[in-house]
Amino acid sequence: MIDLPLKGLIVLEFCQYLSGPSAGLRLADLGARVIKIERPGTGDAGRKLAIKDLWVDENSLLFHTINRNKESITADLKNEEDIAFLKELIKKADVLIHNFRPGIMKKNGLDYATVQQLNNRLIHAEISGYGTEGPWKNKPGQDLLLQSITGVAHTTGNGTNGPVPFGISIADILCGSQLVQGILAALIRRQKTGKGALLEVSLMESLLDFQFELLTTYYTSKKQPQRSHVSNGHPLLSAPYGVYATADGFIALAMMDIHVLANAIHCTELEAFEKEAAFAKRDEIKAVLAYHLKTNKTAYWLHRLQAEGLWAMEVFDWEKMMAHPAYRQLQMEQVIDAGDKKMITTRCPIRINGERLTMNKPAPSLGQHNEKVRKDLIKPTA
Amino acid sequence: MNLLADILVLDFSQFLSGPSAALRLADMGARVIKIEKPGTGDICRQLYVSDVMIEKESTIFHAINRNKDSYAADLKNPDDLEKIKQLIAKADVMMHNFRPGVMERIGLDYEIVKAINPSIIYAEVTGYGDSGPWKDLPGQDLLLQAASGLTWLNNNNNEDPTPMGVAVVDIMAGTHIAQGILATLYKRAVTGEGALVQVSMFESILDFQFEVLTCYYNDGNQLPVRGAVNSAHAYIAAPYGIYKTKEGYLALAMGNILLLAELLECEGMKLFTDSNDWFSKRDEIKKVLAEHLLTNTTAHWLTILEKADIWCAPVMNYDELVEQDGYKVLDMEIVVKTSNGLSVSTTRCPIRVDGQVLKYEKGAPLLGEHNEEIEQEFELVREAQYTEKNP
Repeated sequence: MIDLPLKGLIVLEFCQYLSGPSAGLRLADLGARVIKIERPGTGDAGRKLAIKDLWVDENSLLFHTINRNKESITADLKNEEDIAFLKELIKKADVLIHNFRPGIMKKNGLDYATVQQLNNRLIHAEISGYGTEGPWKNKPGQDLLLQSITGVAHTTGNGTNGPVPFGISIADILCGSQLVQGILAALIRRQKTGKGALLEVSLMESLLDFQFELLTTYYTSKKQPQRSHVSNGHPLLSAPYGVYATADGFIALAMMDIHVLANAIHCTELEAFEKEAAFAKRDEIKAVLAYHLKTNKTAYWLHRLQAEGLWAMEVFDWEKMMAHPAYRQLQMEQVIDAGDKKMITTRCPIRINGERLTMNKPAPSLGQHNEKVRKDLIKPTA
Repeated sequence: MNLLADILVLDFSQFLSGPSAALRLADMGARVIKIEKPGTGDICRQLYVSDVMIEKESTIFHAINRNKDSYAADLKNPDDLEKIKQLIAKADVMMHNFRPGVMERIGLDYEIVKAINPSIIYAEVTGYGDSGPWKDLPGQDLLLQAASGLTWLNNNNNEDPTPMGVAVVDIMAGTHIAQGILATLYKRAVTGEGALVQVSMFESILDFQFEVLTCYYNDGNQLPVRGAVNSAHAYIAAPYGIYKTKEGYLALAMGNILLLAELLECEGMKLFTDSNDWFSKRDEIKKVLAEHLLTNTTAHWLTILEKADIWCAPVMNYDELVEQDGYKVLDMEIVVKTSNGLSVSTTRCPIRVDGQVLKYEKGAPLLGEHNEEIEQEFELVREAQYTEKNP
């Protein structure tokens, strides 16, 4: 195993749920020692948040998924002794991440100005829902609500439907990713200057950045992006971009010349459309295609399309995907011993020097490392 | 000092995955030079979308490539390749998203590059990895969404599998390669060692689904079932979803059904007293709720719900969004200028550093715009230093 790039770095994670903890997870994957700071008694509320009622121990499978490879200590931010202990810990840390609502860290005496006094090499990174000022700063930073407010829900599904949100917590995950980028870049600067940094990312800015292609087009044209009425794949793209039903499943067609497509699948009706009309008449073109593609099976179409070098793919569900050698050769899964159970989860998607990064350390129980962290990092008082 | 001041990135990539990573590095202060094919350049220059163009190039290209330089070089021409190698010798990062084997054929694979510059970070983005039956398939966003099961998580159960309408695979892969580059640059700052960093769009979009995939791996492989009514997440109970109101739409996140029934005066929902039913009977509950919410306006419902701290929001389109104070206060729009004076409004980097938003005025480069400047600055010469001309 290679020496991981963030080996030796200490990250304090004052976070709950997904946005902050997903950032902590990536830093842990890359070699940092990530210590969750949790409220005594309950801890990260994600511990009790389960999907499909799946539990590993007293903590949900979901919590174990997001918090593997971390340590946990408990501290009551309203207790002076605990705050004093945390301040000692902050002196030893490289990075502090939190996703409290604006003002909470200040109330606890752990705001940037204070912690910088304790440790001017510290990278202080914070996540908010909507930024730290303005009328929305105290709104809950919840994923579906952010998708709804920022226009994401108007990009997906057909124009004949109402707004369709993404079925994954896109705002949380992107915000976590952005924060990791900022933290790593700040660590690079610190190596040159010796100085820490303050980093701030909000879920809202992350989702606006995510839509930068759509928004730049909107700022220029002043026209709302419109989803196509048939097989919408992306509001800005022309026919045939989208997913179509076939006789036995579904097929995805990306950007391509509609006349080459017409020829490849023997669709004479499609030839009648001018190439230049592929955006303006995309609904009509896609309706013709949708009708035609139902007349044969996915494998039949794929064979013809790929023979012409056209960009097409079968639409897989997880069962079919996992049975495919292309999935298996990735070796994306890793097994983790969590208590007396084994759980399977995904590994870090980044490979370094040709190696896949896997770690089988499970998520911590609440306060599991209280003593260890004190022993490792805090000098015994005389 | 900018976070990535003095970092030189050579970006050989096209379209979105690689270039979006390079953009973030540029946002944080790195100097990014696009290495482009003479004549055509990054294919994205010709990818017109929505029939909207800026200077005969697509708006998408301008969004993705703001704040970068462009150096046109024909990698099949020995003189050009020699100059590129001289540039590589001075670079901190080089990245590409060619299909597997292309850089080997050109003669710029990691082994060769490492011999020129041992401390370089060499980053590559592929579609499906560099081995396996799909390695030569195009790494295209929609196709990866199709291959990875992602389309079965969106929309209602009676609808076809539905792709996400933003290039989520490209963007996730871009964030991952940027993370790998930055982590290894940090390590290099400590140890002096270079590294090879690889990300595939396939692995990135699996990572994106890590919560629900882990559920699938451990629940005996039960495929996700999207809700039949107002579905917003295959694994979350009622009321989670977007609802039509009298004149618009309303989003409701996780919440207590009985409390909601009380606040909204929705009698039908009061029947679902057992919280275990809120998942198993979510379609029935949501059907009742959906009919009820149609009877009044979004503003009406929001007034009631916000007062009670219920997680709710209006569903906005861009016209509505950009009018909000909550949007304006973020100061998210920037105006960049191309070298011939054209202004383009776009978004800025979402990361704030030391309390400052990261803004700059430099727009996307014309193809080969910086050739002369770069050749002088880096003293690139035709004479072979790295390439044997007659092997």
